[in-house]
Amino acid sequence: MKATAWMGTDSVKVIDVPDPKIMNARDAIVRISTTAICGSDLHLYHGYIPAMRKGDILGHEFMGEVVEVGPQVRNLKPGDRVVVPFPISCGHCSSCQRGLYSVCENSNPNAGIAEKIMGHSPAGIFGYSHLLGGYAGGQAEYARVPFADVGPVKVPDEVRDDQAVMLADVFPTGYMGAEMCDIKPGQVIAVWGAGPVGLFAAASARLLGAERVIVIDRFPYRLRLAEEHVGAETINYEQADVLDTLNEMTAGRGPDACIDAVGLEGHHGNAAMYAYDRAKQAARVETERPFALRQAILACRSGGVVSVVGAYGGFVDKFPMGAFMNRSLIMRTGQCHVQRYTRPLLERIRRGEIDPSFIVSHRMPLRDAPKGYKIFQKKQDDCTKVLLTV
Amino acid sequence: MDRVDSVLLPELDGPVPATLPSTLGLLSLALGVGALVAPGPLARLTGVDDSAAARMVIPAVGLRELGSAAGLISGRRPAGWAWSRVVGDAMDLTLLGRALADHGGERRRRLTLTAAVIAGITAVDVLAAVRIGRAQRARARMIRMEIAVTVNRSPAEAYRFWRDVENLPRFMAHLESVRADDLRRSHWIARAPAGQRVEWDAEIIDDQPNKAITWRSLPGTRVPNAGRVRFVPAPGDRGTEVRVELRYAPPAGALGRAVAKLFGEEPEQQVRDDLRRFKQVLEAGEVVRSEGSPNGISVRQQAMQRPAQPLPASRR
Ligand SMILES: [Zn+2]
Ligand SMILES: [Zn+2]
Repeated sequence: MKATAWMGTDSVKVIDVPDPKIMNARDAIVRISTTAICGSDLHLYHGYIPAMRKGDILGHEFMGEVVEVGPQVRNLKPGDRVVVPFPISCGHCSSCQRGLYSVCENSNPNAGIAEKIMGHSPAGIFGYSHLLGGYAGGQAEYARVPFADVGPVKVPDEVRDDQAVMLADVFPTGYMGAEMCDIKPGQVIAVWGAGPVGLFAAASARLLGAERVIVIDRFPYRLRLAEEHVGAETINYEQADVLDTLNEMTAGRGPDACIDAVGLEGHHGNAAMYAYDRAKQAARVETERPFALRQAILACRSGGVVSVVGAYGGFVDKFPMGAFMNRSLIMRTGQCHVQRYTRPLLERIRRGEIDPSFIVSHRMPLRDAPKGYKIFQKKQDDCTKVLLTV
Repeated sequence: MDRVDSVLLPELDGPVPATLPSTLGLLSLALGVGALVAPGPLARLTGVDDSAAARMVIPAVGLRELGSAAGLISGRRPAGWAWSRVVGDAMDLTLLGRALADHGGERRRRLTLTAAVIAGITAVDVLAAVRIGRAQRARARMIRMEIAVTVNRSPAEAYRFWRDVENLPRFMAHLESVRADDLRRSHWIARAPAGQRVEWDAEIIDDQPNKAITWRSLPGTRVPNAGRVRFVPAPGDRGTEVRVELRYAPPAGALGRAVAKLFGEEPEQQVRDDLRRFKQVLEAGEVVRSEGSPNGISVRQQAMQRPAQPLPASRR
């Protein structure tokens, strides 16, 4: 089959690889119809996530048709159209049973390596380095889905591929970012990053009853999406001082909750600050450029929530601990526990409360994946989300 | 937490090697005292009574034996003292050889008998020294570890799965098979690199249903090992803390290197991975595999894993 493989920093290729096989009784094989390139795939593309190897198949956002199931999979049958959550979760460990699917205790066969870096291992993720399991990804013609009786969700005919595939990651991730803010009527929520996750966080904050949503980014076309599709107010941090503007907009209180939907490859309006962190990151002295996180902590109202759904890999420099501690802030974080959200969000799509396809800017065949990565990386042609059809 | 004393390994902790040095020490003591108290009768008995040198040599041999006796009975560095006895035996044999050369008749007969007795003692001493040395080195090499995992199942379920020892290869990566001979005894085969195998018999020496199982290898194995697993209810109704203690003494030489490779560079990591697979099998019903780790968790495999290599040109 054809698959998109990581070939080194800034290099992906569509290559021929062996078809996936059922390896365990709870596996399914899915013939992929639509898959997406995620912002966090760009972290792999840029070489920031350790433990990638040449030839690894990328992709953790995909959907398609079940073509084969292992003997223990009773909820799916060949022919079912499903979307597959990106965390691989066994469904039976204490974490899974508490709904914390992205920290499944059983699904990372390379847990020993992850423990050395993170203390405890999170769940395995499709196509996301050997640190997180060495699972083949879904930017391919077929994918093997472990624990298929827990993850995949059947998609009704009236929900289109470009809507459903958002349930694999970006929509639930943004939704969880908003849910962690514990939004109450009248609240103001600020979201750093107007990429897919940031846009869905902003949209979800609205769905959850926020009075005002403010989105911070530097690309006018992405801010426009936030205004037009989400009804958010926006700040372009290259044109305005973010803290001053937020204080002014909230009459000195600061946002009630701040969502970091940026993660480790942030940009900063201040060239000197950006160069400082960029240089440290290049020298591997720190692994992150946490501008959004620092700013979110400083901006948040005292006693407010800082919700982190942007991806981080390692260590953060100059974390404003003084502000965080002295002002009674709460931080909530997590890779999305997607399995918790797929069904309710699918329901919202079906009821027409939201059409998540508004973030899709590019559609191309799988064989053009290298072009898709380039366009997304360079934010060419107003790129927000690239869908690959198979 | 109540600390459990570690499981005995008969070869290494048992009474045999511990008494061997003191037995040899008592033999030395008897010989030494005899040589000092009655050098004349001893000289006649051994056939060296006509030699002028014998009157000097026999008490000297006696003193040497007393020295060995003190060393062996004290129990410090028993292997060294056992080898000192061998050296002494060699000296005695050399002296007897010289005496044999210039004697004939009745004396020659007695000297030959003495030489035969001392040669016998030498053989015993060499065997003892080798055995004591091996046990000492094995004890020095002994690897001990205590590793635990929390499993979201009841102590009874975890105990039941483990108690059926034939299940062990399902999660212990290096085991090829375990065959239960009866309720206590079992035969274990481990796969070592390069097609080698290590086999041993083990017995369950303590079995507390739903609480703990203790086992050890039977004497005679080349890789003495012992272990205990306890199934402790985890606080807050979170299943079971499965706590494993292991001890094993890899042998020296080629087999030792194979055993060391068997457990990888980090034996503790291997056992931790074994326990993680135990958890996977009990909770998820299977050992979790990825394209990069098709055999599930394995430290050795992780270093070499390849998820999806491009097909060779011929198969495209
Ligand atoms: Zn993603
Ligand atoms: Zn789990």
